[in-house]
Amino acid sequence: MRVPLSWLAEYVELVPGTTPEDVHAALVRVGLEEEDVHTFELEGPIVVGEVLEFVEEPQSNGKTIRWCQVRVAPEGAAAADGGDAVHGIVCGARNFFVGDKVVVTLPGAVLPGPFPIAARTTYGHVSDGMIASARELGLGDDHEGILRLSTLGIDAPVGTDAIALLGLDDAAIEINVTPDRGYAFSIRGVAREYAHATGARFRDPVEQTSTATASVGAGSGDVFPVEIRDEAPIRGRVGSAVFATRIVRGVDPARPTPAWMVARLKLAGIRSLSVLVDITNYVMLELGQPIHGYDLDRLQGGIVVRRATPGEKLTTLDGKERALHPEDLLITDDRGAIGIAGVMGGADTEMSDATRNVLIEAANFDPVSIARSARRHKLPSEASKRFERGVDPQIAAASATRVAQLMVDLAGGTPDAGGSLIHEAPEREPIALPIGFVSELIGVEYTDEEVHDALAEIGGAITRSDVGFEVVPPSWRPDLTGKAELAEEVARLAGYHRIPSVLPVAPPGRGLTRSQRIRRRVADTLAAAGSTEVLSFPFATETENARFGSADGGPVASVRLANALDAGTALMRRSLLPGLIAAAKRNRSRGLVDVSLFELGTVFLPETGRAYGTSELPVGDARPSDADLATLQAGIPPQPRHVGVLIVGDVVTKEPQQPPVAAGIVDAIDAVRQVGLAAGADIEIVQGSHQALHPGRTAELRVAGRTVGYAGELLPTLAEEADLPRVVAVAELDLDAVIDLAEPGVEAGAIGAYPAATQDLSLVVAADVPAATVAAAVRDGAGELLEHLHLVDDYRGPGVPDGSKSLTFALRFRADDRTLTAAEASGAKLAGAGVAAERTGAAIRE
Amino acid sequence: MMTAAKTAARACSRRPVDSLFVSKPLEITEQAVEAAVDAALAAIAAAVDSATLKAVRAEHTGEKSTLAQLNAELRNVPNDRKAALGKLVGGARGRVNQAFAAREAEIVEAEAAAQLEAETVDVTALPSRYTPGARHPLALLQDRVCDVFTGMGWEIAEGPEVESEWFNFDALNFDADHPARAMQDTFFVDPPEAHLVLRTHTSPVQVRSMLEREVPIYVLAPGRVYRTDEFDATHLPVFMQFEGLAVDKGLTMAHLKGTLDHFVKAIFGEEAKVRLRPSFFPFTEPSAELDFWHPTFKEGPRWIEWGGCGMVHPNVLKAAGIDPEVYTGFAFGMGIERGLMLRNGVQDMREMVEGDVRFSQQFGMVV
Repeated sequence: MRVPLSWLAEYVELVPGTTPEDVHAALVRVGLEEEDVHTFELEGPIVVGEVLEFVEEPQSNGKTIRWCQVRVAPEGAAAADGGDAVHGIVCGARNFFVGDKVVVTLPGAVLPGPFPIAARTTYGHVSDGMIASARELGLGDDHEGILRLSTLGIDAPVGTDAIALLGLDDAAIEINVTPDRGYAFSIRGVAREYAHATGARFRDPVEQTSTATASVGAGSGDVFPVEIRDEAPIRGRVGSAVFATRIVRGVDPARPTPAWMVARLKLAGIRSLSVLVDITNYVMLELGQPIHGYDLDRLQGGIVVRRATPGEKLTTLDGKERALHPEDLLITDDRGAIGIAGVMGGADTEMSDATRNVLIEAANFDPVSIARSARRHKLPSEASKRFERGVDPQIAAASATRVAQLMVDLAGGTPDAGGSLIHEAPEREPIALPIGFVSELIGVEYTDEEVHDALAEIGGAITRSDVGFEVVPPSWRPDLTGKAELAEEVARLAGYHRIPSVLPVAPPGRGLTRSQRIRRRVADTLAAAGSTEVLSFPFATETENARFGSADGGPVASVRLANALDAGTALMRRSLLPGLIAAAKRNRSRGLVDVSLFELGTVFLPETGRAYGTSELPVGDARPSDADLATLQAGIPPQPRHVGVLIVGDVVTKEPQQPPVAAGIVDAIDAVRQVGLAAGADIEIVQGSHQALHPGRTAELRVAGRTVGYAGELLPTLAEEADLPRVVAVAELDLDAVIDLAEPGVEAGAIGAYPAATQDLSLVVAADVPAATVAAAVRDGAGELLEHLHLVDDYRGPGVPDGSKSLTFALRFRADDRTLTAAEASGAKLAGAGVAAERTGAAIRE
Repeated sequence: MMTAAKTAARACSRRPVDSLFVSKPLEITEQAVEAAVDAALAAIAAAVDSATLKAVRAEHTGEKSTLAQLNAELRNVPNDRKAALGKLVGGARGRVNQAFAAREAEIVEAEAAAQLEAETVDVTALPSRYTPGARHPLALLQDRVCDVFTGMGWEIAEGPEVESEWFNFDALNFDADHPARAMQDTFFVDPPEAHLVLRTHTSPVQVRSMLEREVPIYVLAPGRVYRTDEFDATHLPVFMQFEGLAVDKGLTMAHLKGTLDHFVKAIFGEEAKVRLRPSFFPFTEPSAELDFWHPTFKEGPRWIEWGGCGMVHPNVLKAAGIDPEVYTGFAFGMGIERGLMLRNGVQDMREMVEGDVRFSQQFGMVV
């Protein structure tokens, strides 16, 4: 909401010298946040001039200019720029006459742009200033020609400061109005809030209008017929309960809108269109009541307010034909729809250049009905914005009267006794406010008097009861619905600065949960091991989810956004890898070639063929039933937390005495081990396959027999597509599952202190037997004496048959209760080799 | 020498083989003993490394040495001279052994020192087998925020990012037709009739906490949230928030302010302070904007807006089955990104999500 200060000052006392910044500072204390300051951005000297004479001079470029002599100061006086009283000025426009009063920007002036004015040579003359158009002054869009003051009804003496004359010295503050404060979308509302903030005296423009009503007639003659016939209220709320009309006859729609009104509308962000339309907008800004004006002569019969019928259509005043919805509340006459109530009028009945008689409508419409119609027809307007937030139901008649008064004053109309008023707004129920409630909620000891006075100041009607106050909120505050809302009013008028600082003591907590601790440790571990954490947007393309969303490449379901920022990435990711690939690509494009990245984040894994969500939501302000809550919960798609890792380039860089080591599946598996260590999970690594990974270099990752992820190297074709080198090591695990499946506690075994016996064992097996299978067999066969086993060599070559490999394991044996003999260790080793032979056909290599 | 030894071995076959390396028996005299000692000491002193010293030891104290032979000869001297000559030879051997031990210690020390000298490297030119990684500063800051609250006894609550509209809006007192619902710039999941959204704030986690936990409740809900904002230097469509919720008997706005004061001091230092300004949120009443002040902001000490807060609206408590006549609550919410910008001088929010490793690596493991 933009509020010109001159306008504000009509209804609340502004101390002389009050700046826009002062007003902002005051309003922010009561909850109206500062947004901006708007001015006309003009600097003088800009004065009223009179065209004394001109000569038309055709130019070689086809244009004809006028070389004008303009009086800019009274005879014998110096001009405002210190120059002669008559200036020679070149003017390109030709819409004026000798004797016209115009606005002259003299050398030294600055127009919005900024566009400084100076004497300059043009078309063979020294043009000593400029004759301004309305657009050049920032007053409007009219650039048809220069601004003739007579068109504004102004005849001021030559040399008068035109900035003040046209109201261009005004400034507007812009404030952010929160959705509960519809009344602050008016000068009236902001003036009242300014009074709350500063204690300055407030004059209600509605009351002023009421006292002035006599001058335009009381509407006691023929009543203009209006009927409200809402047969389908939305959510039980009748579409309109208040409807006021007034009639003004004999208006002259061609009259100029006064400069002060144009300037105020302009500062408020509304373009001047014609005097009749400007008046309706002006009153809306002033009082907060949206107004619609009809050309009375184009109405057929009286007005009926009703819901649209199926198939009904209306051409709105923007020229578009709109299919109406049965929920749309309509203004109709005998021929049919003439407007969507509170949203936009129809083209047939709007006021025009030919309008002589006006019907003014000031009505109150149900916020829900208006909000739905405005959204449905994508017609957010100044009117719908106010109706959605709630318009004061008590000001319709006064607003219509104020419009009538201005049409009489400014457009030469005469008030008609006709008009009507329907007023069926229900009385508001009082809110019980117990003594002490406000103090107990805010934590400040307010006196009863402070509470009473604050609520009285905002316009509440207060009576004392046995236990506190009964407060009827003011008609312009539909947001005040309970005692908590009243407490806020008291707190903000008294000032939030009075609230002390008291630290509450929470009951003893248990710290982070196991899952939270582990996730943090996983991230710390990966970072400590050399990977850098990134946070990617979780949006994905169709291709990304198809390629990375499942291991086997079967069809996958995705969570799809209805209003994605980018239609190409309308899905929620099923995998972290595409985000890591994009980040790796970005890093490499910036010259960072060795990149190790990881991300901990949510992926979204709806099941194929399953519908999520709920068509109905629980209603009411009570706790939904357990069944309803269970239904809501069941409708939420699975969204586990994953951890993803991507490594590309060298993991060990080339340095003195150190050859580089290139990233590969080894590093992906190491990252998996780091995750397993941090999570306390025993992650089993088995040969696997994944549609996006190298078919020979993919590990399936399991915890407690359940697949929790994959690690390996990206398919070279995918790497190439992403402008990455051929080898890209990646791993992705369902971290929630890893944590769930990990054994939560460790049972410590005794650490044996007897000497260890170490032996090596080389076994020849078929090349396609996984080393882990052989190792497991050796472990099983060797029994309890085997403390540790690890693979030290995988040899293929001379001495080993083709199609076989020789695996060498280093074995460490130890007994809890004695020193092992070499024979015992050898016996255990051979037992291990024996089981390996049984299971895998392994033979001891001599 | 070998030839002589073999000859001697043949001549005196009764004597132990390795003591036959002399051509004729030595007579134990003071001169002979002193000469052998002098020769040994001179050789010990001349030895410069452990290999030479080892050879010297074999030559002068080994079984073929003069002193060993003299010692062996003691067997053949008459009993009445045995004691005196034994003392003479034994003393000589002791002196030589002592000198040898002393020289050996010197040489070992010198050689150890020489080895250390030889092993010297340029510590500024060492290769690294390790590449440093980094946590994301937003995640680190979120961890720190959580630590402040767990330190106060609060617990950390979490919930889904694709959320039911009931949790995201209805339960939070957003009327289905109220403009506040449109104000949130919501991402809707297709089809919209299923009433699923990307949560616009972490407040649905507050509702879940109230439904799942027993009062008193003190929880902090950090996490990712979504708004249909354009992606520019000061707006992200996906960002991180943390929201606090306390529900207990007798909580007031003063407790809200106290909690916020404590929090900003913990994160920004003792000089930070909080100011509340009247505002509006459907789920709190009264509501406030939260400004905080710090003396070291780049543009000088000033108030900066950082979030919203207020007393939990009675309708929200009711929707969670909590009696607002018995309990009150307060809630607050701030953005981590803005916190990082204010605290660490990050200028452009886009850097936080682009994944350029240099951004996170500025922070390493500490924010």
